[in-house]
Amino acid sequence: MAQALERDPDIDIIVGLDTTEPTIPLERTEYVRADQSYSILARIVKATQVDTIVHTFLVVDSTRMSGRSLHEINVIGTMNLLAAASAADTSVRQLVVKSSSLVYGSSYLDPVWFREEVGRSRPPRTRVERSLLEVEGYLRDFADDNPHVVVTLLRFANVLGTDIVTPISTWLDRGLAPAILGFDPLLQFVEEDDVVRALEFVATNQVPGTYNVAGDGRLPWSEVAAISGARTVPLPPVLTGLVAGPINRFGILDLPPEVLDLLRYGRGVDNRRLKEAGFDYRYTSAGAVENFARASRLRHTVGDSRPGYRYERDVEAFFRHSPAVTRTPQ
Amino acid sequence: MAAGNRVVDVRRPGALIPLPLPSAEDRRLRDPRRSDVDEWGRSEHMRSLARTLYGPLYRNWFRAEWEGLENIPREGGALLVANHAAAIPSDAPVIMHGIEEELGRPVYGLADYIFKAMPVVGTLWSRVGGVPAHPENAYRLLREQGELVLVFPEGSKGPGKTYAERYRLSRFGRGGFVEIAMRAGVPVVPIAVVGAEESMPILLKSNALAKLMNIPYFPITANMLLFGPLLGTLVYLPAKFKLRVLDPVLFDVPPNQERYSKSRIMDEAESIRVSLQETLYEMLRTRRSVWFG
Repeated sequence: MAQALERDPDIDIIVGLDTTEPTIPLERTEYVRADQSYSILARIVKATQVDTIVHTFLVVDSTRMSGRSLHEINVIGTMNLLAAASAADTSVRQLVVKSSSLVYGSSYLDPVWFREEVGRSRPPRTRVERSLLEVEGYLRDFADDNPHVVVTLLRFANVLGTDIVTPISTWLDRGLAPAILGFDPLLQFVEEDDVVRALEFVATNQVPGTYNVAGDGRLPWSEVAAISGARTVPLPPVLTGLVAGPINRFGILDLPPEVLDLLRYGRGVDNRRLKEAGFDYRYTSAGAVENFARASRLRHTVGDSRPGYRYERDVEAFFRHSPAVTRTPQ
Repeated sequence: MAAGNRVVDVRRPGALIPLPLPSAEDRRLRDPRRSDVDEWGRSEHMRSLARTLYGPLYRNWFRAEWEGLENIPREGGALLVANHAAAIPSDAPVIMHGIEEELGRPVYGLADYIFKAMPVVGTLWSRVGGVPAHPENAYRLLREQGELVLVFPEGSKGPGKTYAERYRLSRFGRGGFVEIAMRAGVPVVPIAVVGAEESMPILLKSNALAKLMNIPYFPITANMLLFGPLLGTLVYLPAKFKLRVLDPVLFDVPPNQERYSKSRIMDEAESIRVSLQETLYEMLRTRRSVWFG
């Protein structure tokens, strides 16, 4: 995302906040190391007078961390962020938040396509879904209280791509696709590049509102497995959770509860609103799967094809602040 | 950029090097899809297989006869509503197959969500064109895609009737079908079906078992007594099907409204119910035999 923003000459300063150091080379972005709940943000906003905050650190994958730190990052982190953005005499004029289509859940009562206004069919049962819904609630309040700030909420479908690691990408990468016997749900994907492009699009074009971001079309899970060359691992349709428990525990496959629901009923979101706002997708859902399969095959053959990059504080400081470095306008 | 240092975008046509590179775009164009399952979950292969298998049953077993087919629009969306009967409803496939045969237009049946929750059944049902009865789904099919949609306003109360209550329409829900048709701006086309009630009549129902299995009703059918409990859930009695399509009902309201008058909706739903009920009685008056029509 920062790399994409760096290419835009209209943007003066980019400040990146993360708990870990960047893993890609960044030209102009100033990196600040923050704690999990981003309590330092208010000071940064005040000091730098930024006008746009792009909030991409919401955790949507519950296998990454404990429920407690997930809550800490998603809910408390967002509250800190909103507090920083709504402080008196704040310079913030735009806020972009990256959420997930997990907020719609996955149930047999669902419509084939969720429009942005349609709420989920059943109350959330998993922690990650609850935390995302809470975050969206705070964001709505924030938008009501701060009409001068352009607030954009993006709900992304399941992301597949060259680099991103999710439970689904890990399964497919390992050639195993857990499937619930008797179900072949329709899934929708969005390609990594489109994720970044969508964030960039709303950040630079200032489109307020809530938008689904997902590739066109949906395809059955069995077909996703076939395209990626993965073998399906059947799970029983009854007592699925009981069987998934040990598989999860012994680290054979990550089967978080929200993904188990997805494997049963699938999910579809209506992506037309963002298209009407002027965004065009590069990949369809099937295209995202195909692209992922190619990247995965290459990785299996030659290993990680990206040149490694290690963040060195001194080197970065040199590039950014030394008078010896000549700057080109782009 | 210093002068003389020209940057050439090789992908742009008319650039210095006019060779069109096989860019990532071109390679991406190859369609990765392997099956013909569309975004609704239906597959044309499965649908044509189902048509081939169901054809003989439709022609030789139920011997369906239609009246008033001209009332079904040849193009554009319309909401077909019919009376619902038989323990495992036999009317939905007869109507869907019949209209597809006679008019060459696909009909998508809206049905209870419960199908989607069942393993295998849910997947097959979705592949042959079944859609969960959600207002969003109906609107999309009717308004945006201009398709024929079939719905049974009685819901599971229709097929859950015992034989003693046959051909007596139960309540038409809360009139949701009228509201959808109004919002989508399409006509409602009522279809009266005679024959389904006798194809798998329910003699007894067990509430306790239904509750236990979490299904709307647990029937003991005449078919089960005749053919045994297993075969009895699969084999229909060869009742003669007669279907009459009534005049389309158009509502004089603008589409795409946020809300429609509830009383208007209930009135319209009730008047459709009454006309369907009267047509059923009329058809039953002239029916000489359950099996031969």
